[in-house]
Amino acid sequence: MRALSRKALRDLARLKGQVAAIAVVIAAGVMVLILTVAMREAIASAQARFYETQRFADVFAELERAPERVAARLRELPGIDQIETRVQAPVRLEVPGFAGPVRGLLLSLPDGRQPALNRLHLREGALPAPGRADQVVLSEPFAEAHGLRPGDALRAIVNGREVDLVVSGLALSPEFIYQVAPTDLLPDYAHYGVLWMGRPGLAEAMDMDGAFNSLVLTLAPGADPRAVIAAVDRRLARYGGIGATDRDEQISHRFLADELDQLRVMALVLPAVFLGVAAFLLNLLMARIVTGQRQQIAILKAFGYGDGAIAGHFGLMAGLVVVLGLALGIALGAWAASGLVGLYAEYFRFPQMGLRLPPQSLALALALAVAAALLGTLGAVRRAARQPPAEAMRPPAPERFRPSWLDRSPLGRYLGQPTRIIVRNLSRHRAKTLFSTVGIALSGGLLLLGSYQFGAVDRLLDVQYRLVMQMDLHLTLTEPTSFGALAELRAQLGVRHVEGYRSAAVRLVAGRRDYRTAILGVEAAPRLRRLLDGEHRPVPVPPDGLLLTRYLADYLGVRPGGSVTVEVLEGHRRALAVGVAGVVDEPIGLGAYMARPALNRLMGEGPAVSGAWLLVDPAAQERLLARLWEMPRIAGIALVADAERQFRDYIGDTVLATMTILLLMAGSITFAVVYNNARIAFAERARELATLRVLGLTRAEVSWILIGEIAVLTLLAIPLGWLVGTGFAALLSWAMTTDLFRMPWIITPRTYAFSAAGVLVAAALSVTAIARRLGRLDMVLALKTLD
Amino acid sequence: MSGSIATTPEREPVFCTRGLIKTYQVGEVEIAALRGVDLELHAGELVVILGASGSGKSTLVNILGGLDRASGGTVRYRGQDLSLADDRALTAYRRRHVGFVFQFYNLISSLTARENVAIVTEISTDPMPPEEALALVGLADRLDHFPAQLSGGEQQRVAIARAVAKRPAVLLCDEPTGALDSQTGIRVLEVLRRINEGLGATTAIITHNRVIGEMADRVVRLGDGRVQEVRVNARRRDPAELSW
Ligand SMILES: Nc1ncnc2c1ncn2[C@@H]1O[C@H](COP(=O)(O)OP(=O)(O)O)[C@@H](O)[C@H]1O
Ligand SMILES: [Mg+2]
Repeated sequence: MRALSRKALRDLARLKGQVAAIAVVIAAGVMVLILTVAMREAIASAQARFYETQRFADVFAELERAPERVAARLRELPGIDQIETRVQAPVRLEVPGFAGPVRGLLLSLPDGRQPALNRLHLREGALPAPGRADQVVLSEPFAEAHGLRPGDALRAIVNGREVDLVVSGLALSPEFIYQVAPTDLLPDYAHYGVLWMGRPGLAEAMDMDGAFNSLVLTLAPGADPRAVIAAVDRRLARYGGIGATDRDEQISHRFLADELDQLRVMALVLPAVFLGVAAFLLNLLMARIVTGQRQQIAILKAFGYGDGAIAGHFGLMAGLVVVLGLALGIALGAWAASGLVGLYAEYFRFPQMGLRLPPQSLALALALAVAAALLGTLGAVRRAARQPPAEAMRPPAPERFRPSWLDRSPLGRYLGQPTRIIVRNLSRHRAKTLFSTVGIALSGGLLLLGSYQFGAVDRLLDVQYRLVMQMDLHLTLTEPTSFGALAELRAQLGVRHVEGYRSAAVRLVAGRRDYRTAILGVEAAPRLRRLLDGEHRPVPVPPDGLLLTRYLADYLGVRPGGSVTVEVLEGHRRALAVGVAGVVDEPIGLGAYMARPALNRLMGEGPAVSGAWLLVDPAAQERLLARLWEMPRIAGIALVADAERQFRDYIGDTVLATMTILLLMAGSITFAVVYNNARIAFAERARELATLRVLGLTRAEVSWILIGEIAVLTLLAIPLGWLVGTGFAALLSWAMTTDLFRMPWIITPRTYAFSAAGVLVAAALSVTAIARRLGRLDMVLALKTLD
Repeated sequence: MSGSIATTPEREPVFCTRGLIKTYQVGEVEIAALRGVDLELHAGELVVILGASGSGKSTLVNILGGLDRASGGTVRYRGQDLSLADDRALTAYRRRHVGFVFQFYNLISSLTARENVAIVTEISTDPMPPEEALALVGLADRLDHFPAQLSGGEQQRVAIARAVAKRPAVLLCDEPTGALDSQTGIRVLEVLRRINEGLGATTAIITHNRVIGEMADRVVRLGDGRVQEVRVNARRRDPAELSW
């Protein structure tokens, strides 16, 4: 090994504290990139592979009942590749040993074989045997939630009749990667499951012999989905079709696509912020390390090493640090990503989710880290190499100082000399002071970004579950029902308050935008499901016209006073223009609201409700639930407390798990930056500090000069960090806005305090580490030329 | 002894070393910088410690000044053993009794001449005002200049003013002219002699330049970690008469 290379290694070993700190900064930036990108890639590629192997359909249609020959005619339409007809049935399930209400969707399979589209991925067992009407395949997460295995029994109520079933196998389907009940936002595997059985058996139970009520198809290459959907709709209208949709409105696909969108934005915003900060700090730190090696550079030059060789030497040092940081970042990123992917796998069920580190991201991380390191290193080397060797080998000529404004102020006379040294150092090296402050502020900003979401999520859930959702139970009825049903509910023991609602599936169209959702028809002043404005004040329900969730109104590009076309997706399937009367602010979901009588008129029906919200007596809840579940009209019962818990779990598993990792990274960066700053400040001042010790200043008096400087930088950096972090948080909250939920834009005082405390703790730890060095400060050093 | 080092009035040597040994452990090698130094410095005298580079001059002066500890032997300041003093006592000792002048001045570059002196007077019990100390070294008109605005000789004179402003009992100067041209060096030596005479501080000047020895009361020649020779000058020569 060449002597110079050996020196590079030794120097790195000697500077191990600083090297480690810089490597941590790089590693944190790289880790965030790897983590977010790898996670998105893992989910996106698992999706693509699963869709491909299981032949996921492109278009989905539901109808009341059509004879099989209709499908044969549809096959002749241009633009269609394959069609699969099915029978489907909403069912109630009774799982042995499970008391709660369980709903399910029962789908037909061709007798004894896989369908052509949306094929099942069997995880265990087999498809139902041909001709066996009692065998079913269960969706794997549902089976897991109940511990059901092939051979186990359960009972379904299909079309009002009880059917005893035996599990033949467990499977995953590309149609139910995100397996969620139609009215829910989040999976609840214990209370909702998907089952598949042979078509003859299901058709018989549903009176669908030679007929179908569900249809999926794939498009021929190059076909226009809109034209195909329009053609299918025309053919199926007569059979009670409620409008074919493409993948965008298929529930599982849409949630998955939303999640991928969100991950993509996170994979853009977070690495940009972290890598940007890391690159900046890396540049800064390398430059300062090189500057500290000024005299070494002079000696090397005196020996006859050229500027190129010296630049190469420091380039090598920087390169080694970068490689170290990169390796650490990749390892940590892959480890964290595999952990997080595991959490995501609970919500998105794929046969397998492999972690793949996309080479482009690795290359990007490498290029950024190397560029930042070299920029800082080479700039400093050039500056150092410009000095004639003889000059550099002497102690640096005293730097030029001028009295600062503070000295000239009346206060200046009262400053002690050590304090004066701090003030003058900071004001003399404005650029350095600025960069140090910005460096610490950036890391404080990352801390704020990492912690902001915790407060925001709390606020989000508080708004949704303390202010908006005031009910204990949420009932859905099997079909719109007259008001009498509510009286029956009110009469139940333990029911304290009942409020009925009408919910109708619709498509809202405005210009070129359209969105599928439900209109919720509520009473004039709903008590249990409140409609609120941005200040959490109730929004009055207009006698006519719609209220839209603000995000939905923005998406559709409509304002109060404008109007949207409402296509009703049930019953008569009319399309009507309805005025938009106002907007409501709610953090979860996208909805449209109307006065119930207005919605009844829109639907062309008399006063009717399709569900009810209940306040119940907690002591009586258990028995009430059992009784409600016996009522044939009730299709679903949801406990709002359960929904809240599920939502908290979901956000905890996905968003907050990511944020926890980011927070750890931000913490490491903060410590690395503050510590490095302190170390470099110490190295730069060591000679002066030793001189002052020789002159008889005590350790405490000398420490003050260094600690005071760090303290001033830290205190300047904290408010700047708040500012920077607020910007980061705004960027993230904007990027994370989705149909599913919108982070409220609020930063609590706790978040600011957290960021400040993080920086202060890092500073305190660094000062402690430096104080140990100050204790060992070699005074004889002050008398020497070179160290 | 862990308290302060008291000033005792007896007429005895200010410094007295016996068998002073200093070894440095560098990796696996032991370097003997001092191999048994016996030496006395008396009140008010000006001693030049002469020796080739590496002969142990700085090591000796650092031990006398309380910057470093001997590995063996004794070093007494006014009868008290410095090798027994703890860190706090040594700091107090330097603060009260010792003035240092370094080869490379070691001024605090962010402080003006006046402030560089003040940083010491602020922590001393009976200092002279910084202005007076600077007048003593002929820099009364340079009070508010920063080190960068001063020549090397001027910087060294500020360093001397800083060392003497606390009226130290001893003034230890390690190669005070080492970084200066001869003319400037001579001006600095003149200042040192004037201060030695005016304040009566025991002054030790370290140098490898034998010419400088002629301004001393006594010349101690160090070599190979030991005192090779002590010569008493019949007459101290004025630095102005010297040249090299
Ligand atoms: N901190 C130290 N570590 C190791 N060796 C040292 C140290 N300081 C001085 N020495 C060695 O001790 C010897 C005497 O050094 P020094 O007192 O500085 O000599 P001088 O001042 O006369 O040039 C030299 O050989 C030097 O290399
Ligand atoms: Mg020396």
